[in-house]
Amino acid sequence: MTRFWLIKLVRTVITLWFVVTFAFIVLRTSGDPVVALLGADAMPDEIEHFRELWGLDRSLFAQYVSYVGQMATGQFGNSLRDSRPVLEIILERLPATAQLGLAAFIIAAIIGIPAGIVAALRRGRLTDRIVMVFAVFGFALPNFFLGILLILLFSLYLQILPSSGTGTFLHLLMPSVTLATFTAGTLARFTRSAMLEVLEKPYMRAASARGVPFWQRVLFHALPNAAIPIVTVIGLNLGQLVAGAIVIESVFAWPGIGRLLVVAVSQRDLAVVQGLVLVIAVTMVLANLIVDLLYGLLDPRIREGAK
Amino acid sequence: MSRPNVITVMASSILVAAVAAAVFGNVFTPHLVTDQALMSRLQPPAFMGGSAEFPLGTDRIGRDMVARLVAGLQMSLSVALAGTLIGAIFGTFVGFLAAHFRGLTEEILMMFVDFQASLPFILIALTLLAFFGNSMVLFVILMGMFGWETYARLARGVVLSARAQPYARAVEALGAGPGRLYLRHILPNVASALIVQVTLTFPQIILLETSLSFLGLGIQPPNTSLGQILGDGRDYLSTAWWISVWPGALIFLITLSMSLLGDALRDRLDPMLKTRTT
Repeated sequence: MTRFWLIKLVRTVITLWFVVTFAFIVLRTSGDPVVALLGADAMPDEIEHFRELWGLDRSLFAQYVSYVGQMATGQFGNSLRDSRPVLEIILERLPATAQLGLAAFIIAAIIGIPAGIVAALRRGRLTDRIVMVFAVFGFALPNFFLGILLILLFSLYLQILPSSGTGTFLHLLMPSVTLATFTAGTLARFTRSAMLEVLEKPYMRAASARGVPFWQRVLFHALPNAAIPIVTVIGLNLGQLVAGAIVIESVFAWPGIGRLLVVAVSQRDLAVVQGLVLVIAVTMVLANLIVDLLYGLLDPRIREGAK
Repeated sequence: MSRPNVITVMASSILVAAVAAAVFGNVFTPHLVTDQALMSRLQPPAFMGGSAEFPLGTDRIGRDMVARLVAGLQMSLSVALAGTLIGAIFGTFVGFLAAHFRGLTEEILMMFVDFQASLPFILIALTLLAFFGNSMVLFVILMGMFGWETYARLARGVVLSARAQPYARAVEALGAGPGRLYLRHILPNVASALIVQVTLTFPQIILLETSLSFLGLGIQPPNTSLGQILGDGRDYLSTAWWISVWPGALIFLITLSMSLLGDALRDRLDPMLKTRTT
């Protein structure tokens, strides 16, 4: 049991170390870090201070060590645009993205999981076909195009929803639905195949023979046993949600970190890009750790297997 | 062999049509993609009262949408094709290396695989684009870096199991070197799994390229891609919806057909993978 948690923890630390090292290598191979992080028109005393802080006169290894230390304590430097600390800017934008991501996740779960269950129960029937067609559409439809279509329909033609910005529930509706589509499709597919596998198990026939009512069988006997693959997919889809948010926040001018990242990349505000990448990567790696641990809690066989 | 069903036939037809349009598309329109007709800016498509000269309408500087879509299609398809091939070859090679050397080499290579799999690729792509600046070469390399880890995992797993089989040991015993063993004997046996993976990666690379180009961070003018045209049209949604809807519909049709074809191919070539839905 302890061994299971320990292995997961070590893996997580190694991945985080890889992420920081990746950022360091990119920073040092792409050009002068002074120009990269302070801009070409930095003041001489600013440059001097930066050189000292980063230890640019010391060996590459010493620089690496001090870099890891700075990143670990959240000292990402200042934005080129308004010279505010990067961490402050990121923290300011984080709630909007969290709100969008959470809303999308809830929508995806509410639509995807029941749709998958129904499709499995009506296997091969029309309902199943319809659900699977929608799942494939959700998979292949580019999210930015869906966003544009929704804006055309609801903002410009019907004029009932705002096309951009934030503030009210109505503002949240289109971006979160757009973001949820892909995850909902994936969830529906996986829930369906997980349920199909479970429904054929002998204990389901046994429950039916004992006279357990249909919905009770589905919800209390089948669903918990299908939960493992579903949780895995949710874990795998966190990355999809993050990647989707980067694009969708730009479509709907949603003031989150995804929009911030796109603007920073196009303006080559490298301190902000670097800070954002590290923050997003750490969040994702930690979220994956939580999913892994959840996995172990749901299925004792997995943590026993790690012994 | 069962008869191909309606969906597979439709999906293949759409893909063939898309490739044909990219290659021969210029036949359908007298206009060059660079031709600007400033007198006929933002003309609606012919079926909405526009002129027959511009059947799908024009953009903000009067360029023919048909010509632009053909150019965008050429770019999007060739970038995705190049990216898919680079990723497939590089990933398979890494997988073979890991399976051949085992031990520390395998551990290190697989750590890179895990690292790339742990982050959304768009994040890595954006970082590299920001720090190194955008160029066509870097962009194509980035598309090639997408998904290589899947091939590496796949190739490694298949080689590990193939090497234990009698045919591989027989070839080895006959004195074949590793190059011959992997390329002539093992590769043909894993080809179907790799081809299935290619059909699944290709639409994802199209989506990645069009997303980045849509955001203005991918293909740069004067070059054009479907995503870039779509991004261009965003500012004209209220007056000229066709600028964004045509390229979007094309992207959707291509990714949808390719995914459907990939699923069908997987079921046919690789029944073992049928239950896996990733």
